[in-house]
Amino acid sequence: MILVYIEVRDGKVKKSSLEALSEARRCADKLGQEVFAVLVGHGVESLAPEVGPYGAKKVIALDNPLLNTYSPSGYTHALAGLCQELAPDGIFCAATSMGRDLAPRLAAQLGVSLASDCIQTVIKDGSLEVKRPIYAGKAFAVFRFKSSPIMVTLRPNVFPLSDPSEGAGEVEKKDVAIPEDQVRDRVVEVLKEEGAELDVTEAEIIVSGGRGLKGPENFEMLQELTGILPHSAVGASRSAVDAGWIDHQHQVGQTGKTVSPNLYMAFGISGAIQHLAGMSSSKVIVAVNKDAEAPIFKVADFGIVGDLFQVLPPLKEELKKALAE
Amino acid sequence: MNIFVFVKRVPDTESKIRINHETNRIDEEGLNFVLSPYDEYAVEEALRIREAKGGKVTILSAGPEETTTVLKKCLAMGADEAALIKVDTPELYDGLPIAQIIAHALKTKFSDYSLLLFGKQSVGADNAQIPAMVAAILGLPQINVVTKLEIEGNSAVAHREIEGASEKINVPLPAAISAQKGLNEPRYETLKGIMMAKKKEIPVWTLQDLGLGDDALVSQLELVTMESPPSRQAGTVIEDDPETAAKRMVDFLRNEAKVV
Repeated sequence: MILVYIEVRDGKVKKSSLEALSEARRCADKLGQEVFAVLVGHGVESLAPEVGPYGAKKVIALDNPLLNTYSPSGYTHALAGLCQELAPDGIFCAATSMGRDLAPRLAAQLGVSLASDCIQTVIKDGSLEVKRPIYAGKAFAVFRFKSSPIMVTLRPNVFPLSDPSEGAGEVEKKDVAIPEDQVRDRVVEVLKEEGAELDVTEAEIIVSGGRGLKGPENFEMLQELTGILPHSAVGASRSAVDAGWIDHQHQVGQTGKTVSPNLYMAFGISGAIQHLAGMSSSKVIVAVNKDAEAPIFKVADFGIVGDLFQVLPPLKEELKKALAE
Repeated sequence: MNIFVFVKRVPDTESKIRINHETNRIDEEGLNFVLSPYDEYAVEEALRIREAKGGKVTILSAGPEETTTVLKKCLAMGADEAALIKVDTPELYDGLPIAQIIAHALKTKFSDYSLLLFGKQSVGADNAQIPAMVAAILGLPQINVVTKLEIEGNSAVAHREIEGASEKINVPLPAAISAQKGLNEPRYETLKGIMMAKKKEIPVWTLQDLGLGDDALVSQLELVTMESPPSRQAGTVIEDDPETAAKRMVDFLRNEAKVV
């Protein structure tokens, strides 16, 4: 049985978790196994009907009032208990902020090695192989598991959602006992950025700026584009972040975030190797740069050699027109 | 306050990574190895806490002998002591054995610790596993990917970065905390620091010194193969007046790439 951890944020099931569940279902079909999903929190069993249709035979809701906000130690305690009881053959989790925090703790608690941030699964000779980027995507490594259970986190935005099925699957609410001293790192408050947009790791379109933007105020021009493009976010190169023009949350590259959106638009970004590592798995890349020799043009599907300040205004108008059609 | 910082020696971010397909490893020749960038924030934070609250900063790493160079850098930044757990096997890309080894070293060599600091991930293995794994093994609370940290008495308050927001978390000490870019601005080594660091001995422990066997490094993951990323073909690059260029780009996005 493959157990999939389903993340809940702001009372909603995270799409990345449903992607992980969809992929677990595809793997399980080839391996002849079942898939269970697990929610953790307080009163979260009401979300189970949204989960089951993506391929879970059973959705388990681990419940305790102490779990109503996230805590890595508390959630690990609850999940480790379930894993001991069910002895799953595999544990899948989305490599979101929460997944990257929780999965390694659970793995160590269970004494299991973890393959993080996988981008591909293959069933070979009846067992699972996973591919994951290393060195921020400058290389890929393929791993096989020598023991059971296997444990993986899956990169968001990479694995397709399966078509939800009709049946919702069985739902089981399980009250878990947790000693209070096992929950020592609870989130006490979530601080939202004013007018916070989508995170670059979750965006389908990234509009990114570099040193060529010349100053912090010009990021507004990129925000105008994200304002009209659906599911988009503003990204930035390391030099723009290091210059203090924009918060590091937006940084794409080896000391920022590795992204693979449907579309990456690079404005005034030359394309340093550490930046390219973080974005070259984007499905489509376009770039505007005044330097025809800039390395970004070597990875761009479409590039304009020119002054971004002159190209951006008509580009915005043309995009508006195209989107209105 | 006794602060421990766990660091790693990695190829710098400007490195081109080449794969040796015979050994199934990356080719280290010509690579410039540095202190992993996120670890610098952890070292800096440790020094700032020591400067405000007193105490001692000890740096630990597991890696080959050459790691002493990055440990010297940490000492030159101002850390009090450093020690190396000598591990000669190639990169495992598996956090668990290393987390178990460093947790074991901490328990056997140092019983007294208030704060364990890490970079949020090494740049290389990119696992982001060690801090949470060490926390789990030692039974400590954890806060990862931290952009703000305050120590108040026997507890820590931190902001941890998540998608489009931050989480505020309070933990009792001792705790394991990992640093994200933005936590601070790491200092440069001073000449005086470099001179002081030169005089400091860096103990090197083998796994046997720690009472562990070579099986401590056995991974449950088997590296099957390594690949270079698929190379992208350079596409169309145009030079045109801004209006026409913009029109052509949108035409490409709409009709060829079909992404908007």
